[in-house]
Amino acid sequence: MTQEYRKEKKYGMVIDLDRCTGCGACMVACMAENNVPFRDNETDKLKSITWMRIYQLTNGKSYPNEEICYLPRPCMHCEGHNGHSPCVTVCPAVATDYDRETGIVSQIPTRCFGCRYCMAACPYHARYFNWWDPVWPEGMEKSLSPNVSPRMRGVVEKCSFCFHRYQLAYEKAASEDRRELRENEYQTSCTQACPAGAITFGDLINKNHAVYKIKKDPRAFRLLERLKTNPKIYYLSSREWVRRAGDNYHPEEETGKIKSHQ
Amino acid sequence: MFPFISFEWVWDIEHVVFMGGLWYAVSILGIGMAYCIIKAAIDKKEV
Amino acid sequence: MDSAFIPEGVKRCPFPQFLAGLGLAGVVLAWGIFAMLLCWLKGLNQTNMNDSYGFALWIWADLAVIALGGGAFFSGFLKYIVGKDELKNIINFAVLIGFICYSSALLILAIDIGQPLRGWFIFWHANVHSMLTEVAFCLSCYFGVLTIEYIPLILENRQIDKIPFFHNLSHNMHEVMAVFAATGAFLSFFHQGSLGGIAGVLFGRPFAYREGLLVWPWTFFLFTWSAAAYGPCFTIFLIKLLEKITGKKLVKDNVIDLLAKISGWMIFTYIFAKIIDTWYWAVVTVQSKGQTLMDFYDDNMFYGLWILVAEIVVGGIFPALILLTKKGRNSASLLWAAVILACLGVCINRWVMVLQVMAIPVLPFEDWALYYPSWQEIATTILPVAYGVILVMISYRYLPIFPQEKELNPIESH
Repeated sequence: MTQEYRKEKKYGMVIDLDRCTGCGACMVACMAENNVPFRDNETDKLKSITWMRIYQLTNGKSYPNEEICYLPRPCMHCEGHNGHSPCVTVCPAVATDYDRETGIVSQIPTRCFGCRYCMAACPYHARYFNWWDPVWPEGMEKSLSPNVSPRMRGVVEKCSFCFHRYQLAYEKAASEDRRELRENEYQTSCTQACPAGAITFGDLINKNHAVYKIKKDPRAFRLLERLKTNPKIYYLSSREWVRRAGDNYHPEEETGKIKSHQ
Repeated sequence: MFPFISFEWVWDIEHVVFMGGLWYAVSILGIGMAYCIIKAAIDKKEV
Repeated sequence: MDSAFIPEGVKRCPFPQFLAGLGLAGVVLAWGIFAMLLCWLKGLNQTNMNDSYGFALWIWADLAVIALGGGAFFSGFLKYIVGKDELKNIINFAVLIGFICYSSALLILAIDIGQPLRGWFIFWHANVHSMLTEVAFCLSCYFGVLTIEYIPLILENRQIDKIPFFHNLSHNMHEVMAVFAATGAFLSFFHQGSLGGIAGVLFGRPFAYREGLLVWPWTFFLFTWSAAAYGPCFTIFLIKLLEKITGKKLVKDNVIDLLAKISGWMIFTYIFAKIIDTWYWAVVTVQSKGQTLMDFYDDNMFYGLWILVAEIVVGGIFPALILLTKKGRNSASLLWAAVILACLGVCINRWVMVLQVMAIPVLPFEDWALYYPSWQEIATTILPVAYGVILVMISYRYLPIFPQEKELNPIESH
């Protein structure tokens, strides 16, 4: 339940795919910020942990008509219908929760016992299992972020929209006797790392935030909207084939015409 | 899981129906077994 | 050597032969235990599961043994609630098989979770909205019921029965068994259902997702129904197998015939419902998600349209038709074929609802994800089979599992 003195927020992102170059800075920033573990050999991508993952999409045509688009995919922080995100409702031990104050889907690794039902429920593959205990190269543990606990073997983890940054920003604001955060006070690490400025982060329901306006761009779409997951990540693309790749469509259907939650 | 004890417990319809069903079943099994064991012990004494 | 423990009036193989059999199964059991310890000590990196396959062979094995073990609750329901008294000759064995299946399922779940020491969180921090919570609660409780149903059988061992307290306890438990059986049927309805619900509620996975009634997707009802329908087939299959191994007739034909007939009707009605469910899902649910039936059946070696045909026609309609006809039930080879096909049918259904769900890409730019289990996963899945064989061997040797055995196999006095 939202506390009365704080306004309800729905933090989300708009990612401009026309700007994204696929450089991977967001992935690196995310891993460093959140102490995401990695292994000596990361060949098997199905066992790699990448809270932010970049997909390479192609239009399926051959050269010279081939086009490529890079699509960064963090957790979608789905709201579903009234906070019933696909993963939150299935977790048997309340180790993941939909926070009605921020709209962030949290993950509590110390509560998770590793049944992986949430991973089965997430259509975006945004949830990752710790198949191994994290092992950092010698000396690197000194550079880990003190704000995020590393996770142990056998639990699920995922993008938290850098929730610790929200907490730090809120503490700072509170010390200045403010109840609300300014837009630039809470930004995720991927947003700040993107050299192309492709990621915009903010409160989707706050008229003063940039995302509020950008999400209404005619180029905007969300991934798998038809499943009614109600994600909080919007993408922008001026290319029809990219927008079409965001969901499943029958041949006669046009993009942008599918009704879903907003 | 436990009303009054678990901090997650909420007095809503879901908790009452779900946990009510569970405790109802557990009670039947517990009482049933207790009855059988006590009766067996008493019968043994009578023999 | 152990003749004092063997039920009176029945013949068992020599003790050394029995020990040799136990040893053989014990080797397989030890292999499984070794793999289980590897998983517990080194973690789930011992498996070939990955982030696309969070659920894999174990969850399938879990669902399959619980469906096959459904013979216990349904036979109990038929005997104690419906009043089919002939089934008293089969109920002990059904309970034993149920006990094995459910204990195996709980063990597999304990291996399957990433943090086994936190397993109790599912009870203590229960999320009442999760189907998995419902599974954990009802499964554990129903395992309690099966234990309660199995105890009187142990107490009927010749030597244990001589102790007055145990004799009385067994008698008392038999007296109130109907109450336990009814509780078991209630719990089974919910846990079989919630196992189906696990897949059915996944609205992010169109292949699994089903609409339904109130909070329950249609898979909830289909799973309960199919467990009640196919479970007895597994019981019959194992009785027939045991008869082959022991070279004895253990249960009279009329009892098998009755259970087979009921199972036939259950499978027939279930498969009818399943066809309607599949049809509605294909033409309404899937279409509304922008997909078509054939999006879920690829030309790869695992998930072609053949698997749907194998599940519904070969593993459903065929056994139903055989079991519904008197001629089919009376012919030994047809009965064998029917129960084997039925067991395969329900196992395919559970496979599809777990592994195919994981295999199918949901995002249009992703590919099918295929997986093969590691030897540790296979060994831990075979472990319950070895454990089951051992428990059946011990129970058959020392407990009066088959009440009709003595009558059907009189020992000639010298």
